[in-house]
Amino acid sequence: MDILQLLVSGIANGCIYGLLALGFVLIYKASEAVNFAQGDMLMLGAFLGIAFINTGNADLPFLIGLTLSALVMGIFGYLLDRFVLRGIFGQPQFAMVILTIALGFLIRFAAGAIWGHDPVSLQTPFAGRTLELGSLIVPVVDAVIILATVALTTTLYFFFAHTRLGVAMQASSQNQMAAYYMGIPVKRVNSIVWALSGVVAAIAGVLFAAKGAVEPSVGLLFGIKAFAAAVIGGLGSLPGALAGGLLVGIVEPFAARYLPAGSSQIAPYVLMLLVLILRPGGLFAQISQKKV
Amino acid sequence: MRVRFKSSYDDDINLFEDRWHLLQFGLLLAAAVVAPWLLGSYYLGELTSVLIWALAGLGLMLITGHTGQVSLGHAAFMAIGAFTNLALMLRGWNFFPALIASALVSGVIGAIIARPILRMSGIYLAIATLALSIIIEDVAIMAAPITGGVSGLFAPTIELFGVQADRYGDPAMFYYLCLALLVLVTLAYLNLLRSPTGRSFLAVRDSEVSARALGVNVARAKTLAFSLSCAITGLAGAMYAHLVQAVNYESFLVLISITLLLQVVIGGLGSIHGAFFGAIVVVMLPQLIAITRDLLNNSFGISMASYPGMDTAVFALIILLMVIYEPRGIYGIWIKVRTWLELFPLYRKGMFRRSRTYLKTERMR
Amino acid sequence: MSLLQVENLSIAFGGVKAVDGVSFSVEPGEVFTIVGPNGAGKSTIFNLISRLYEASSGQIIFDGQDITHRPAHDVARLGIARTFQNIELFDHSTVLQNLLIGRHSRRGTHWWEDLLFLPKVRRSEREHRRIVEEVIDFLELAAYRDKLIAGLPYGVRKVVEIARALASQPRLILLDEPASGLSVEETQNMAWWIEDMQKDLGLSVLMVEHDMSLVSRVSDRVLAVAEGKPLALGTAAEVQAHAKVIEAYLGTEAAS
Repeated sequence: MDILQLLVSGIANGCIYGLLALGFVLIYKASEAVNFAQGDMLMLGAFLGIAFINTGNADLPFLIGLTLSALVMGIFGYLLDRFVLRGIFGQPQFAMVILTIALGFLIRFAAGAIWGHDPVSLQTPFAGRTLELGSLIVPVVDAVIILATVALTTTLYFFFAHTRLGVAMQASSQNQMAAYYMGIPVKRVNSIVWALSGVVAAIAGVLFAAKGAVEPSVGLLFGIKAFAAAVIGGLGSLPGALAGGLLVGIVEPFAARYLPAGSSQIAPYVLMLLVLILRPGGLFAQISQKKV
Repeated sequence: MRVRFKSSYDDDINLFEDRWHLLQFGLLLAAAVVAPWLLGSYYLGELTSVLIWALAGLGLMLITGHTGQVSLGHAAFMAIGAFTNLALMLRGWNFFPALIASALVSGVIGAIIARPILRMSGIYLAIATLALSIIIEDVAIMAAPITGGVSGLFAPTIELFGVQADRYGDPAMFYYLCLALLVLVTLAYLNLLRSPTGRSFLAVRDSEVSARALGVNVARAKTLAFSLSCAITGLAGAMYAHLVQAVNYESFLVLISITLLLQVVIGGLGSIHGAFFGAIVVVMLPQLIAITRDLLNNSFGISMASYPGMDTAVFALIILLMVIYEPRGIYGIWIKVRTWLELFPLYRKGMFRRSRTYLKTERMR
Repeated sequence: MSLLQVENLSIAFGGVKAVDGVSFSVEPGEVFTIVGPNGAGKSTIFNLISRLYEASSGQIIFDGQDITHRPAHDVARLGIARTFQNIELFDHSTVLQNLLIGRHSRRGTHWWEDLLFLPKVRRSEREHRRIVEEVIDFLELAAYRDKLIAGLPYGVRKVVEIARALASQPRLILLDEPASGLSVEETQNMAWWIEDMQKDLGLSVLMVEHDMSLVSRVSDRVLAVAEGKPLALGTAAEVQAHAKVIEAYLGTEAAS
């Protein structure tokens, strides 16, 4: 039963990693860039959620606060791409890595300047409440997180597989110039993807803040861990991102319980390195050899 | 403008183009040598710091700038170099053997890691090295018998030929030590670049396929480049340990790895100058910000509440602008200024215009 | 004895047989051309010979040695050099540097000797440079010696790539569509250079090319392939007149 309990909390954590990993994959799928500021966007979304929802702040109902936070982050993502990232449109992946690392620093600084550096948590209607399934005790927060993740992932999956915009996004990632020729407004599509990934980051952020405290520097390491999750799944695969997130979420509590001290922090990374060494493209790999 | 006539192949092989070029670098070195007499102890310390970060930057430049393999984990090798050096000195080794051991241990560990890690490329390599850097933080705690665990290690005194040469014993000696090390490494680096080994690194960076077709053993070239890069970074780590006098797992956080990469990018990837320029920016920027802040405070009465992390934010902003407007970093600006001076008054706008590029998928390799 | 002997070579990519039982041989001093419609597997044959791809079955013998499973960098040292269909030069380097990298398979120094730049390294650098200068003279590239590749016109880049291959002093050079994208004059020059490589340097040339005027002018023998299979082997005129070749290019109606 103990194992089951660990599993549930692992899955709930894994869902947040998975959501953030989805944000990575979205951007990767559309522009083959990696957003190293994704963790910081989660942090920003979490702070916005707190600003909208907590009593003493705007004091709005949970769902409205969540929606507002997602909306603001969506606009933020769009504007970010439109006015900053478009400056390096067409440059190699590496430039984007550096640029988003720098963006992450800036977001962290701004959040610190606005909200300070003390940890804050989100007040939710379901805080502290639990569900009892037999002898298994599931916090309502965890259940909400799991349900939200399933819903969001399904929506995104159908979006990419079956909508014009979704397919256009995939096309522009695989060959920007060809997508141009086929009449896809590549730049617009990019901005929309960034908006979408902002929305996902905000939802992940609010869920994250519902479960624990947030402070400005939380994004960096959390982001890296979620990135590791995305890589385990194989960047470019939405189900892979979720699977990777779950795997990382589950590995952590078990490593903390059964392995020597200190190993729970490094377990996700060791896992990722193993996956990369054995399957260099991740579990759902998409790399093929360059044609000459 | 100056025109150069080449009269033998050696003109292209030699390190310095001509006497004028040699003179320039001679003057620079002379300035570095007399610096301890001109600077106060505080600024001498800062300058020493520049030298050490330039050394670390050279290490990263070799693998990222010249071989094209991004590493977001080089602080790990600084840690390995630092702990090796201190641990050996605390066990009674002399400074120089311990320093050489730092380079060797870092280099060998680098070579061992290189094989599996360098099979990846691009973004996968970046995240794998980043993971390495995070793992090493915890390993530094777990390997307590060597690293001193959570509390870390204190740097013992450096004694060279009966003279104390560490930072507090004799800051000028310590500065010269760093300078000599940096000059030696830079010369070796330049030698590498003008010989087949360095060319094979460039070939791997620009086109792995044709490197292979031309007879470059790509796996071996990458391993060698990574190992040499780690060795240089290990040296820098050892000197850094002596600069700050005490190191523990927190001295080489993943943030240092990231900053080091940003440092070589801001300086200019793929150029030795870049490692130096980057180090100057990283070390001097906090000074500059503090001075600006005081200036604003005193002369205009504008009181900037001192936000924590201001240095990092300004640094990040510079990076941001640099990536968008001048991807070749400070070295790129340097080249433009130099060309403008050399061609004066014939410089035309648009001489360095970048051609339009389209992102090609990197899933195909 | 043939310089290069390819026997029953095959490779499949996920069930699709890109090259299927191709055999041919290149004699010393011969210009041998492979022609065929797009997607016939011509470049794949090149990639198999230069060992970028691993053959599923068959054998490649160069100068009496079986190279079917040798690593790619070994093949270069044995004396096979190549160019690529979509030019693969080192864009951020000068022409001179590119050609010097071409000397890599002939390097005589170790990395630690390079690190110290021993007198031995300087001697070998001078020698590399001397040979590179010969190639520059041969292909008339002197005007571009210190130019960056990124700024060169397409036609010049094609020549630089051939020069880089020649710098390794190969015995067999593989040219993957040397005339594609070239103007009429440039193609004319290319024909002369191929003839010079054959006559003055005594090289064997294995070429993939679409421009039939160039092919008939320089080739000693021509092999036509389609859908990975060999169709016809002979002189350029014989192959062009071959019924199966016409069918592969123009479809069945034209042939009947």
